Amino acid sequence: MATSTAAVSVSAPRRRPQTVLSSILLAVIGVLFLVPLLWIVFASFDGDAQVTMKLPGTWTLENYTQVMTWELTWQPLLNSVVISLGTAVITVVAGVLAAYPLSRYSMRFQQTFMYGILFGTGLPITAMMVPVYALFVSFGLLDSVWGVVVFMAATSLPMAIWMLKNFMDSVPISLEEAAWVDGAGSMQALGRIVIPLMRQGIGVVFIFVFTMAWGNFFVPFVLLFTSSNLPAAVSIFNFFGQYGSVAYGQLAAYSVLYAAPMVLLYVLVQKLSGGAFALAGSVKG
Amino acid sequence: MTATATLTTGGRHRPGRGTPSRPGRPGRMAARLLSLLPATLLLLAFMLGPIVYSLYGSLTDRAMTGPRAADPQFIGFANYTELFASPDFWLSLGLTVVFVLASAVIGQNVLGMLLAVLLRSAVKPLRSLVGGLVVLAWVLPEIVAAFALYAFFQTDGTLNAFLGWFGLEGTSWLYYFPMLSVILANIWRGTAFSMMVYNAALSEVPPELIEAATIDGAGAWQRFTRVTLPVINRSISTNLLLTTLQTLGVFTLIWVMTGGGPGTQSSTLPVLAFQEAFKFAQVGYGTAIATVTLLIGAVFSAIYIRILKPEVV
Repeated sequence: MATSTAAVSVSAPRRRPQTVLSSILLAVIGVLFLVPLLWIVFASFDGDAQVTMKLPGTWTLENYTQVMTWELTWQPLLNSVVISLGTAVITVVAGVLAAYPLSRYSMRFQQTFMYGILFGTGLPITAMMVPVYALFVSFGLLDSVWGVVVFMAATSLPMAIWMLKNFMDSVPISLEEAAWVDGAGSMQALGRIVIPLMRQGIGVVFIFVFTMAWGNFFVPFVLLFTSSNLPAAVSIFNFFGQYGSVAYGQLAAYSVLYAAPMVLLYVLVQKLSGGAFALAGSVKG
Repeated sequence: MTATATLTTGGRHRPGRGTPSRPGRPGRMAARLLSLLPATLLLLAFMLGPIVYSLYGSLTDRAMTGPRAADPQFIGFANYTELFASPDFWLSLGLTVVFVLASAVIGQNVLGMLLAVLLRSAVKPLRSLVGGLVVLAWVLPEIVAAFALYAFFQTDGTLNAFLGWFGLEGTSWLYYFPMLSVILANIWRGTAFSMMVYNAALSEVPPELIEAATIDGAGAWQRFTRVTLPVINRSISTNLLLTTLQTLGVFTLIWVMTGGGPGTQSSTLPVLAFQEAFKFAQVGYGTAIATVTLLIGAVFSAIYIRILKPEVV
């Protein structure tokens, strides 16, 4: 960039100091972002981890081996998988079914529906947790994993339908017309032609919803009580809160185990969507 | 409430696209509606349901335990009268405004823009490294980010240790400056989003425009404020609204770092609603706070739709 030959004449001489200045400033900001992250990594390998970031005196896996028990880690992680998978499957299935008529036909209430969806993506869901709790009491859904799954699916649906409709709009309709001529119904056309052509888009939405559910703390925190039902987000919080003096090393190790899948999935989404700006771009509509 | 907002925004009619050409077949309309049914039912039951319930529940004296839990009475606007008379509520509303303005509107947007600009001119390995770090803070589960920042701002945490190197005495940030701490934390956590939005927007600014301005003798700052910013105007307004809406709902970060305290010194509206409903068992009252928060969110969401309107559906 600095040596770009395209930018000749006037701007060329000022490029160099500008690059140096930008790089220094960027490095400083980078350090500020790095420090809290480094704390997690260092503390997780430190037998004597403190709340201050420091290099471990001796690197050890002890924190990891101590938290890797069924009750502390594996069951909560399994619960997270169940909740996130359930949410993602329901959201994608209901989302694809809803996106199809919205993308392919023009219906009278379509515009209202799409605006309603868009409106739903903007609402602060966390503000809804108190009424949701009261509603779940009436439905008898408290402490039900499926209740949590269905609620999270509903809250991720607006965004999912929006994204899926956009992906579906880019599948050419002429292919389906050929199928219709051959006598296929609309659901057959959807299953045989549209879905295979937009599987990358579906993959992106699936992972997107999965990671949202995986990282969600507040919803299961309010709606679930039984410790064997709790996903990792909540059990990690209870673990943190229960001890008078926090075992920081174990907390950090636990955090790494819980966060790692999300980071991996994010990288996967970037690959699937061609590296560009998938999530935020879709939010923009 | 959703219904009214969507109706007013959905007023414009546009001739349909898609395929009206297909010959009519019995039950075709039914099939389309059937296809929309699962999503519609879910949205009605678990999105619209809680919103309607929120409006209604805020008019009752429902409590967590005791007779008022089993048989809540309709008490009209008593919760709201109490709410608007409560200094805690006004403090909380003020804190929410400060939190959103300082961390999202100013912090994330300005830092995100700065990062996007720096990422275009800094040396290459640094770009991907710092960009990756900023995004990593955003990709992490919220609770993990909250732990990391809790440790950072703790009295014996990294920040004070760092200040100690320079002979400065730190303080109990989370106790004496709870809002400042959670604001900085939310900037750390959420800036990646703005950075990515602005990075994409900047890459679409036509280079000819910049070059023309350079030839006309505009300095870097002038080029940025007079050419670049007006061109990416829409991205800015969209991003401002989205970060506002995201920040309005922040709960976990604040809850883990300060618990809304000390007292209610860092209780933004979602935190206050949670405290009132679950710690003090006033579900009806907590629901009233939730309703106010939802209404604020609804207003911003409606503005957001207005801005996007030309390009949707």
